[in-house]
Amino acid sequence: MEGTQTFQVFNRGPSPAARLVFFAVLSLLLMFVDARFRYLESTRSLLSELVYPIQRLATLPNVLWQQTAGFFVSHQNLLEENKVLHRQHETDMAQLVQWQAMLHENQQLRTLLALQQRSQFNVQFAEIVYAERDVFRRKVLINKGSAANIQEGRVVMDDKGIVGQVTRVYPWLSEVTLITEKDHAVPVQVQRNGLRSIAFGSGDTSHLALRYMPVSADIVKGDVLVTSGVDGIYPPGIPVARVELIERDPAYPFARIVCKPLGGVDEHRFLMVLSTIPALPARPETMPPPAKQKAKGAH
Amino acid sequence: MAKQKRQEILRPVSNLFIASSVLAALLLNALPWEGIWLVLRPDFVAVVLLYWCTHKPHRLGIGLSWVVGILSDVNDASLFGQHALSYTVLAFGGIVLSRRIRMFDLREQTTQVFLILLATYSVYAVVHWQVNGQLAWSYFLGCLTSTLLWIPASSLFQSVRQLRVDRE
Repeated sequence: MEGTQTFQVFNRGPSPAARLVFFAVLSLLLMFVDARFRYLESTRSLLSELVYPIQRLATLPNVLWQQTAGFFVSHQNLLEENKVLHRQHETDMAQLVQWQAMLHENQQLRTLLALQQRSQFNVQFAEIVYAERDVFRRKVLINKGSAANIQEGRVVMDDKGIVGQVTRVYPWLSEVTLITEKDHAVPVQVQRNGLRSIAFGSGDTSHLALRYMPVSADIVKGDVLVTSGVDGIYPPGIPVARVELIERDPAYPFARIVCKPLGGVDEHRFLMVLSTIPALPARPETMPPPAKQKAKGAH
Repeated sequence: MAKQKRQEILRPVSNLFIASSVLAALLLNALPWEGIWLVLRPDFVAVVLLYWCTHKPHRLGIGLSWVVGILSDVNDASLFGQHALSYTVLAFGGIVLSRRIRMFDLREQTTQVFLILLATYSVYAVVHWQVNGQLAWSYFLGCLTSTLLWIPASSLFQSVRQLRVDRE
């Protein structure tokens, strides 16, 4: 009913121009106060409570879109992330294994150092660089050779016991025959009662055998065998093996005795080469060498 | 004069309709516009206010426009009173020209509306200039798009009001 305004003229209040001036002045005042004095922040925050639902509603489609898109996209993302994490995990695992190996190595080195302090003889450290690929030849190559004053016949051990013997020397490398090499012999004695014997390699890294021990020999399971030092090659008193199994069959003249090497024959990377062994007096020429004291293994 | 006839049978609109249309316009203004779209964004509130100021000058006048302007200021985080002042000018223009505008058809209304919106945007831009020290010409692009919005907006409102008649 805008067309008929005849009677409304009277209750319409101030004219539009007056209202314009009033509100314009009010606006200008507000702007001035707001720009200069910042008095209106509380009013603004109060009004923003009123406007907040509108703003919230306005951003709602966007939020919904983001969430929906996120839901569908995230599956692919999760798969990729999973793959990446798997790869990372594998890398980390490899590094962790390496770290653990190094930890062991470090521990072993520390033990070796302690042993070196205890031992009477000089010791050179060497690291295993190659191992023979032939399963029947128990030999390793270490990274010290004649350049490092290594000589044939030197004893190689780790922190727990005898590992082998240097059998061939190259300028930069040495070949070590392990005590488990077939027919390699180490003169030993039982730590408990001093009973002498010879431990032969069996060709299997985990076993040594005591041959030619009578059935009645005083040897029991668990006895520790140490080097006897009778050959002049191995210094006396170094642990070699522990008796694992004794078979006393009266049908045979000798008992079958199986021992387990104490040294980590096929375990470690760092070994000690015993350098100086006090030389024994020369053996009398006329005396034929007993087979028992042949310490060097055939190879 | 079919248009005239149609206008005559339009029912007086409810306050709820006016309020919801203004709220919808505030909502549209508050949508996350960005970049070029923000520059080209028509001022929905201005168009809606202008529609009601021209078609229902006694229901929605300068005072209410000022209040809506204050709300817009809060919404836009602009200077307190900036939108209020420009909407005051807008409402004044709409009320003064309301009878004249209603006599024209939609196409002819557009030129009138353009002038009012231009004045509105000018006020806004001048305030911006005074405060920030530079004249933002990009505001006037919004003035053009707002003018383009006039025809669809007012025909929408007309048709909604028409619907309300038809339902009876």
